Amino acid sequence: MQALVIAAHGSHLNPDASDPTYAHADRVRETGAFDEVREAFWKEEPHFREVIRTLESDEVFVVPLFISEGYFTERVIPRELRLEKWDPDLWESDGTEASDATLEASDVDKTIHYCGPIGTHDAMTDVIVQRAESVTGDPGVGEGVGLAVVGHGTDRNENSAKAIEYHTERIRERGRFDEVRALFMDEEPEVDDVTDYFESEDVVVVPLFIADGYHTQEDIPEDVGLTEDYTTGWDVPAEVDGHRIWYAGAVGTEELTADVVLERTADAGADIGDAVDEIRARVRSATDGDGGSGRADTNAGAGD
Amino acid sequence: MSLTTTAVDALHEAAEADGDLTFDGLRLAVDDDGYRLETPASGWAGLDEAELRDALEAIPAYVTNWRYWRRSIGGEGTARQAFLRWCERAPIDGEATDRSGDGDPDERGSADREKTGATLAVPDRYEALRGGIDREWGQLSITARFVDSDGADRLPGERVYDLRHVDDADTDLADLDAYDDPRTAREIATYDEDGRYRPLKTAPTLVSGWAFTDLSGAELVEAIEFFYPATIANWHRERRGELDVDHWRGTAERQTGIYDVVDELPREAVEWMAEACCADSQCLRRREWQYDEDDDLDADGGDGRFPCREPCSLVVAAARKWAILESEAERTYELELTMSELNQLEALIDAVADGRIDEIREADVNDGANRYRARYLRAKRFDDEGSLRAREVDD
Ligand code: SF4
Repeated sequence: MQALVIAAHGSHLNPDASDPTYAHADRVRETGAFDEVREAFWKEEPHFREVIRTLESDEVFVVPLFISEGYFTERVIPRELRLEKWDPDLWESDGTEASDATLEASDVDKTIHYCGPIGTHDAMTDVIVQRAESVTGDPGVGEGVGLAVVGHGTDRNENSAKAIEYHTERIRERGRFDEVRALFMDEEPEVDDVTDYFESEDVVVVPLFIADGYHTQEDIPEDVGLTEDYTTGWDVPAEVDGHRIWYAGAVGTEELTADVVLERTADAGADIGDAVDEIRARVRSATDGDGGSGRADTNAGAGD
Repeated sequence: MSLTTTAVDALHEAAEADGDLTFDGLRLAVDDDGYRLETPASGWAGLDEAELRDALEAIPAYVTNWRYWRRSIGGEGTARQAFLRWCERAPIDGEATDRSGDGDPDERGSADREKTGATLAVPDRYEALRGGIDREWGQLSITARFVDSDGADRLPGERVYDLRHVDDADTDLADLDAYDDPRTAREIATYDEDGRYRPLKTAPTLVSGWAFTDLSGAELVEAIEFFYPATIANWHRERRGELDVDHWRGTAERQTGIYDVVDELPREAVEWMAEACCADSQCLRRREWQYDEDDDLDADGGDGRFPCREPCSLVVAAARKWAILESEAERTYELELTMSELNQLEALIDAVADGRIDEIREADVNDGANRYRARYLRAKRFDDEGSLRAREVDD
């Protein structure tokens, strides 16, 4: 038997923070690739601390629903899961290359495959592009369009910028969009000046965050100039300084993210059959079908 | 209840494989003179296969009971199986069957009693399952019963489970919102009656008005996992004497980042914290963690059915706040209050702490926490900046 644990932050204040975790877990459940699928949280229940003992499977794949390698993936999650022999060096990563490490948790008799965060997996590049497709409602989006990948910046985690730049570079190499830029909230180049960095009239802004909350639903829309006051919402697209800005919140809410979770487990040796294809097919038919909503959901509350 | 031949076949096959099969009072052994079959009330020896089948047909409850547990549920030694057996008062992991039949021994707060516990032998259990066996798990009421009809996909002796709020135990099903997907439990558990987010799943604020019916054993466990995560696993560990408790000191010392400060919380503040957060009125878990391995807290841990093995994330987050607040020095203030006003301050704090604010009637000016009384006190005693006119007294 094999189990999947999706490890996410969660919130004591904002019930929406865990929505993407539940949604991706359900998508994976529906593929039947794992005998057990469990959500686990730092700020909600089940806590990281107790999740493994709720499983019957001997093989457990833990995938952190985080954007970058750093404090949570390297210290908090392994410590709380009681992965005693854990050492960040086991990942042999410089910030974007973590794949997996196999360990034992000291309170249970199980093998734990501790995977790198979803945010740095190559498949995340596709999710960012998919996000651009779903926000514009155009499966062929790219030509004549600029793409801004937005991250928090370095004050919280030195690897956070690396993840953003990594995907930006990968998308740029594909040559699909006229321009691709990495922008940040707390460091240069700043998302406030988004229009300064693009010649293209249409710019898709994709924040590389896991869940919608304060940053993606309040800060960024106001910083970018989509709206004066986030509580009044904004249009998609919105006119800003002669550009059309397409914005739809955290990339982690994109359905295809479940695919990245699965890819992580497959890299770590999970037998997932054709679950990845299943999820991709479902996402593709959804995008082609209704052309995406093209409208941001602006009602998420602030995270803590 | 008719007994299908499949159950007899499966049992026969298992006995052939095992040589000697014992389960819930049923014993089936294969020896040199044929089959030996025993229940607490009957016994046969030297049976040939045809005789064995006839004998098994005579004890259908034992046969379908074996089939249900060994084939439908499975998972020997798992928390899931133990929990489902607890639901129907079946003995767990070889615990003794208590046939004294002393009524309903197992209601809230009876962890000790549960251990000694009134379990039911197969015939009594089958009798009870026809009407449904009720159990309480926090604010959840679980009914284990037989399926209403035996159909193609409903094997004889197959159990199903109904799940609802304890407050709805006597409510007609038609008056409740009916669900069958265990994942719905996540949504039900998210908000309290007033629409406020419930970050602590075991807070006694679960809304009522819903029902899951006809759940399989696996679905019941899944739903409970969503309502009260990890409670079954820790309950099971506790029953087996394997609960690993992490006390306050260890938990606090392990924290890093912004929670690094929680280990500075003074011992007496930990006491107040446990009293404030871990009481039955705030959390249905029974606090088993102490200040340290050999240093128990005086605060009562509560009577909950399922143990709390370590301070939860909510308590750790609150502890951070208190650690910071407790680092402040105490000072002496002087302020003018009448005796009644002093009493009123106490009434206000009590009302907020007990969550009583909404119950205070608009015109009940006898209650110190009445809104008009509070507004009057503020109008009288606060200065223009909105602060109490208190003066710090120099030493
Ligand atoms: S630490 Fe206290 S409040 Fe938190 S779950 Fe345990 S008993 Fe409940």
